[in-house]
Amino acid sequence: MEAIAMNVDQIRFDFPLLSQKVNGKNLVYLDNGATTQKPKIVVDAIANYYKEYNSNIHRGVHTLSQMATNEFEQAREVIQKFIGAAKKEEVIITSGTTEGINLVASAWGRANVKAGDEIVISAMEHHSNIVPWQMICEEREAVLKVIPMDENGELILNQLDEFINLKTKLVAVSHVSNSLGTVNDIERIIDRAHSLGALVLIDGAQSVSHGPISVVDLDADFYVFSGHKLFGPTGIGVLYGKETILNDMPPYKGGGDMIKSVSFEKTTFNEIPHKFEAGTPNIAGGIGLAKAIEYIQQIGFDFIQEQEEKLKIAATGMLNSIEGVRIIGQAAKKESVISFTIDGLHPFDVGTILDQLGIAVRTGHHCTQPVMDFFGIPGTIRASFAFYNNMEDIEALRKGIIKAKSMLEI
Amino acid sequence: MTIEEIENEIISEFSMFGDWMEKYEYIIELGNDMPVIDSTYQTEENLIPGCQSRVWLHAEQKEGKIIFTANSDAIITKGIISLLIRVLSFQNPEDILSADLRFVKEIGLTDHLSPTRSNGLVSMVKQMKNFAFAFSNV
Repeated sequence: MEAIAMNVDQIRFDFPLLSQKVNGKNLVYLDNGATTQKPKIVVDAIANYYKEYNSNIHRGVHTLSQMATNEFEQAREVIQKFIGAAKKEEVIITSGTTEGINLVASAWGRANVKAGDEIVISAMEHHSNIVPWQMICEEREAVLKVIPMDENGELILNQLDEFINLKTKLVAVSHVSNSLGTVNDIERIIDRAHSLGALVLIDGAQSVSHGPISVVDLDADFYVFSGHKLFGPTGIGVLYGKETILNDMPPYKGGGDMIKSVSFEKTTFNEIPHKFEAGTPNIAGGIGLAKAIEYIQQIGFDFIQEQEEKLKIAATGMLNSIEGVRIIGQAAKKESVISFTIDGLHPFDVGTILDQLGIAVRTGHHCTQPVMDFFGIPGTIRASFAFYNNMEDIEALRKGIIKAKSMLEI
Repeated sequence: MTIEEIENEIISEFSMFGDWMEKYEYIIELGNDMPVIDSTYQTEENLIPGCQSRVWLHAEQKEGKIIFTANSDAIITKGIISLLIRVLSFQNPEDILSADLRFVKEIGLTDHLSPTRSNGLVSMVKQMKNFAFAFSNV
């Protein structure tokens, strides 16, 4: 791969979409929490797969099938090294974070959760880390407990012993909040859970693009994330699970590739990871994700974290300087995700005006309705930054907010 | 006026705007000026699903015509509602059911509004037609 220059102006050229015009204006893309843009090498890798060696994997005798299988399995190794997993078999390819959580809630949950057991989540979870646990708890007559948060958007961990106790079977918590940007103290949560024999699932959807991860150092039992929030394609994601836990789990879906042998009397299941990968996977997606990871590794998290920290501080200062703007989520440790409201204005109106100016933000409840209820607001405007954003983007947002205020304030 | 006549009137009003800002300023003005729904009708029951902003819609029938009143917590949404009400309120149920509302496209609202907003608009129109259908069968 060619060398990548460590300069934001140069880096922006790697992302063809960033030079688009939207509504006649230069695009200002500040919706990276929803999905990130894709570097050209990722788009090319996907196109090359379809143009040059598209074939089904794990079963073909022919050359192209072998090529596709090799690329897909190499992708698994790239992912394994990226998250610091001990073995590539511990990397299950999914369609995204949501499927990863559902897989664990369903396959692990059905085998392990009994009436009266407790599952613990936090007050700032995305709906996809709430609903699958509600479903298994309801099915098994288990209890769902919620670690509360405070006005700053930080989890209240001094009463952790109350929430994680001997009845706790599993704790599912986000590493970084998608609506508040809070970085949670997951090490402390994992320590507490493990001291009582409970497992921990970390929702890494919002953290994986912001800093290095080592699932072994963290000692997470499960770690899930999506490719599309990591500069890779949509429809691809990862479930990491510890080998012994995955081996003990029953399969999630039935179908091809997940079996050893099938007869009408009895089916024996394949080894991990294939046991959890029924059907033809998103081959192009896996290859694209591996390419995205290689790209990020070339940029380096030192650069990414330095750049995002600069953007976060500048954007926070800018927002605090505008009258009526209130930042929702004032945690001491935050990623470059900033939610805010403007007094007297509906987030949706502000988002509509910003869109006319070519500025892409997310508005609404961000799939975290309980968080919005906690703060007593209908939703927020969320600006979420990636390393390819620059100070011009922040200035454009400032001007956009001033314009929206002048148009919308009565 | 017929639905078509009102639509033509709106299309001609919007054709005078030079840029998106003038258009949105007008929509915001319409939103601010819209008579609000009687608070007794601003209920959970009258809340329209599918809107990113909250929309309440109430309908009643007087002398064969349907009268719509509505409200929203977002002002641009309210402006668009105000246009829909101007077109569809005080009309016969049959005319409401057959209205294709081409003005929405003509004034560039489907093109300019975000997909979720369009969905909100779609839900609102669907609900207005549901009311018309219900009243036509009374």
